Amino acid sequence: MEIPYTISTRPDTGLWNAKVGIWLFLASEVMLFGGLFSAYIFLRLDAQPGEWPHGLLNVPVGTMNTAILIISSVTVVLAWAALKMRRYRTYWWYMLATILCGAIFLFVKLYYEWPQKFEHFGAFIKRDKLEKYEQYLGNKHAEEKGLQPRLEISGHLHNREALADPNIKEYEIALDPVNADPTNPAMDRPHFLYMPPTEKIGTIEKEDVERISSFGPWHSAYFASYFTITGLHGAHVLGGVLVFIYMWLPVSKRLYQHNPEHLANRVEVCGLFWHFVDLVWIFVFPLFYLL
Amino acid sequence: MNNPPDISQDPAEHEEYAHGIQKHVKGYLMVGAALIVCTALTVGLSYVNFGSQKANIIVALLLAAFKVSLVGAVFMHLAAEKKLIYRVLIFTGFFVFALFWLTYLAWYNPIVAPH
Repeated sequence: MEIPYTISTRPDTGLWNAKVGIWLFLASEVMLFGGLFSAYIFLRLDAQPGEWPHGLLNVPVGTMNTAILIISSVTVVLAWAALKMRRYRTYWWYMLATILCGAIFLFVKLYYEWPQKFEHFGAFIKRDKLEKYEQYLGNKHAEEKGLQPRLEISGHLHNREALADPNIKEYEIALDPVNADPTNPAMDRPHFLYMPPTEKIGTIEKEDVERISSFGPWHSAYFASYFTITGLHGAHVLGGVLVFIYMWLPVSKRLYQHNPEHLANRVEVCGLFWHFVDLVWIFVFPLFYLL
Repeated sequence: MNNPPDISQDPAEHEEYAHGIQKHVKGYLMVGAALIVCTALTVGLSYVNFGSQKANIIVALLLAAFKVSLVGAVFMHLAAEKKLIYRVLIFTGFFVFALFWLTYLAWYNPIVAPH
């Protein structure tokens, strides 16, 4: 039995069925991401001064990934237009470009951006000990400039064994530039280019540390939101790429030869999903990388 | 930008139809370029001090809203869709705003531990 209304429109809705289906699905997706974004806003509004970090993500890499997603949105709509014009070869190339863009986006996220965060450590200093570490925090300078207080000393943890060994009484951290030279006015605002930790080693007594962790989801409400939202978004990118691979394989060419408009409609609904994934990223990028 | 009509089997009509789609293709490329420019603008403006963090957030979100409207109107063909899709979106918009409103209420009137 043939599935009805895959190409022709239903008289009552004026649409073919898959289009109604994908829009209802996207409506549920809006609610899903809406819930997470509202949680993000709630956490951010409630954060105490100095507790919501800025400038911890790699902006050039994030910008590049944003551009890659935008390009993939263009290529998927061009793939659909090529099918509408019955140019299968052109469609095939555009679809391949879309798949590659999605794969590059995921690769950058999973093999560069996320692992870098798990290698980076931050030690939150107890409130009554902040003055002791003024040389790394520069809070007097921050106060004079009307900046948020600095509560954390971050960088690469040299003696990782200190995390588990109670006999080691200090953490040794290769300091981030903001902690290596905290009174330098250039450190007052986040930088566009990523600045790796310096050679300068900061020594922090364990008993002065409120908590220490890598920049994973357990680090702060900021990173918990970041990993949750970008993780869910990444899962959507992966799902989209897998469906696009199916659309690109020879199995879809057989559908094209049998019924090209059916394949065009399939690509259109998958494209709508892909554009939604792009829309989510348009909000994720400024909220987490820039602001 | 309208959704292109269904394709014709007649060769002459098909030629005309393909030409019509080609015009859409130019539009898609232009929107793609505009989105890239807006992304660069978002990054650039985030390093400009607009007086307060709130002002910077508003500028970035306005640009994001503009980009979203471009993607929705052109790539997702919402500039000319059937009524049913708009109805679904209106309902979605209502419920998502209700969700954000609940968050706002929770922030405005938090549950505090008894003294």
